[in-house]
Amino acid sequence: MTATDYRLIDSTLRDGSHAISHQYYADDVVKIVRGLDAAGVQVIEIAHGDGLGGSSFNYGFSAVPEKELIARACEVTQNARIACLLLPGIGLADDLREVNELGVQVARIAVHCTEADITEQHIKVAKGLGMEAIGFLMMAHMNSPEGLVEQALLMQSYGADTIYIADSAGAMTTEDVKVRVNALVQALDVPLGVHAHNNLAMAVSNSIAAYQEGARNLDGTSAGLGAGAGNCPTEILAAVSTKYGIETGVDPLALMDLAEDVVRPLMPRQQVIDRAGLILGYAGVYGSFLLHAERAAERYNVSQADILLELGRRKVVGGQEDMIIDVALELAAKHATQDIAGEDVNA
Amino acid sequence: MRCAILGSGNIGTDLMMKLLKGTDASGSGTTPLELVALVGIDPESDGLARARKIGIAGPHEGPQWILDHADGIDMIFDATSAYVHKAHSQAYMDAGIVAVDLTPAAIGPKVIAAVNLTEHLDAPNINMVTCGGQATTPMVYAVRRATSALPYAEMVSTVSSRSAGPGTRQNIDEFTKTTSTALREIGGAEHSKAIIILNPAEPPIMMRNTVFAALPEGTDHDAVLQSIYDMEADVQRYVPGYRLKNQPVIEEGPFHTPGGVVPHRAVVLLQVEGAGDYLPPYAGNLDIMTAAAQRVGEAIATHRRTSGNVQHEAGASA
Repeated sequence: MTATDYRLIDSTLRDGSHAISHQYYADDVVKIVRGLDAAGVQVIEIAHGDGLGGSSFNYGFSAVPEKELIARACEVTQNARIACLLLPGIGLADDLREVNELGVQVARIAVHCTEADITEQHIKVAKGLGMEAIGFLMMAHMNSPEGLVEQALLMQSYGADTIYIADSAGAMTTEDVKVRVNALVQALDVPLGVHAHNNLAMAVSNSIAAYQEGARNLDGTSAGLGAGAGNCPTEILAAVSTKYGIETGVDPLALMDLAEDVVRPLMPRQQVIDRAGLILGYAGVYGSFLLHAERAAERYNVSQADILLELGRRKVVGGQEDMIIDVALELAAKHATQDIAGEDVNA
Repeated sequence: MRCAILGSGNIGTDLMMKLLKGTDASGSGTTPLELVALVGIDPESDGLARARKIGIAGPHEGPQWILDHADGIDMIFDATSAYVHKAHSQAYMDAGIVAVDLTPAAIGPKVIAAVNLTEHLDAPNINMVTCGGQATTPMVYAVRRATSALPYAEMVSTVSSRSAGPGTRQNIDEFTKTTSTALREIGGAEHSKAIIILNPAEPPIMMRNTVFAALPEGTDHDAVLQSIYDMEADVQRYVPGYRLKNQPVIEEGPFHTPGGVVPHRAVVLLQVEGAGDYLPPYAGNLDIMTAAAQRVGEAIATHRRTSGNVQHEAGASA
């Protein structure tokens, strides 16, 4: 390792992709990779927002095939290592082989936080290719510290070099993060990382708390671009880390320039915690449902907030975007029945 | 026709319970299948214990037991794993045993019970694709037959964590690849994608499947919807719990699919409630697979009886 054991993984080009409906172009990739690399960011993640192979009706089609963008990122980077993310059941082991050929060195294998045993195949393929394999447990608020330890140990046994827990719904309090990180750091032989979302305005403080409890890998995206109300903003995380006296190895000012000059102009809207974003965190709903729910709400003339709350009640997990249409249709049908009932009363 | 079930896990045991009812897959006739054994590898398994209790042979010697008793077996339903099926499929063929393969090994031609049931009745090995494939390919085909072309189709299958066995979990890529191939080869889509999600919620969720189909310019939307309703009725003839969870909808794009830009897409939201023969009703993914396999096995048995080419059966009745 370098002078610091703190490692920043920037996911602007993966998780950030949700917020722009997967419409990245090669020029954007070149500018963002150059900026992150120059700022000293150690790892840059790039893929469709839902991971390799995510381009689909269900999650949205990429404007440019992700492998073309990944190839550009690998060409442009000087020091930062390029990572991808893959959800078994969406992407294939063959995708890992292809991106490894392009120069991707880190594979994050992501699953819902109770399903670690479906990552064995892909972690082993990544290791076989000589990649760093990171086991990535999503929606970590839905499992207990003990449950997460059990799942993380499975991933460690398959050969994962690092384990991450992801607060994919931005639903965790600082206490939730601390107890989970503490249990995992005690139990694991490999390093731990935390991926935070900002739906409850806790992303930066939760990331710092995770570091203090022993997590040494932290995730962010430039300007917080990402699913839900956004990710942990990389430039704020770097600035706050520095104020805490943490040796980060990255330059906060360079990251601020990147966020302001390159990423913000790309954003169709700034990342704010509006009602829908807050509901995600409050009800514990997967962040990338946000824009899909907005479109379904418009299409079927129902409330986006009602859709998100119902998804929370149904305990849907990441990847079940099709259930947004299901819920919207049921809400619309319910409204129609109420309208008819109303007419009867008037008659 | 004398048959054995290989694999005493959830799928094999559920199929045993179905065959022991004595009725055929539609529930209206008598099954031409006579179950002689449920064969496993773990003598302590719940499935084998059930078989023995009911009075069905429940050996634990796996594929070798089948080969050692080939004279008394005309057909097997293989509910082991793709790996085990691949390793023994040639031996079953050499022994003259028809194999209905419930794993994603994809050795023989693929059969989706509601679409191409009668296409491969003489094949020595039939592949049943996947549970998600049995649930969604019929709807892809239903859209295709009502359109001039189907540039792209996609399925998303969500099953409860409890009903996804170790075979599925260790090789999830085989599920998505085999299912995606079926959407093209049998469903008629030019391009395709399959996605599977596991959901751990308690109480367990019912199996959910969603089909998205790209509709080219000039498609008669009413014809597409009618074709979908007709297909629902067809599948219900052997899987009573198969239903449209909401009415199918046509959504406006444009959508930039791998098969080109299309103005509309059809969205078909399906739910499969199991019959509860072995596992509870939430495990509709197992139910649609075992019900489809039973239907295919019965079609083969009936076909071979009428064409008179079942050697073992001739010997037995002599």
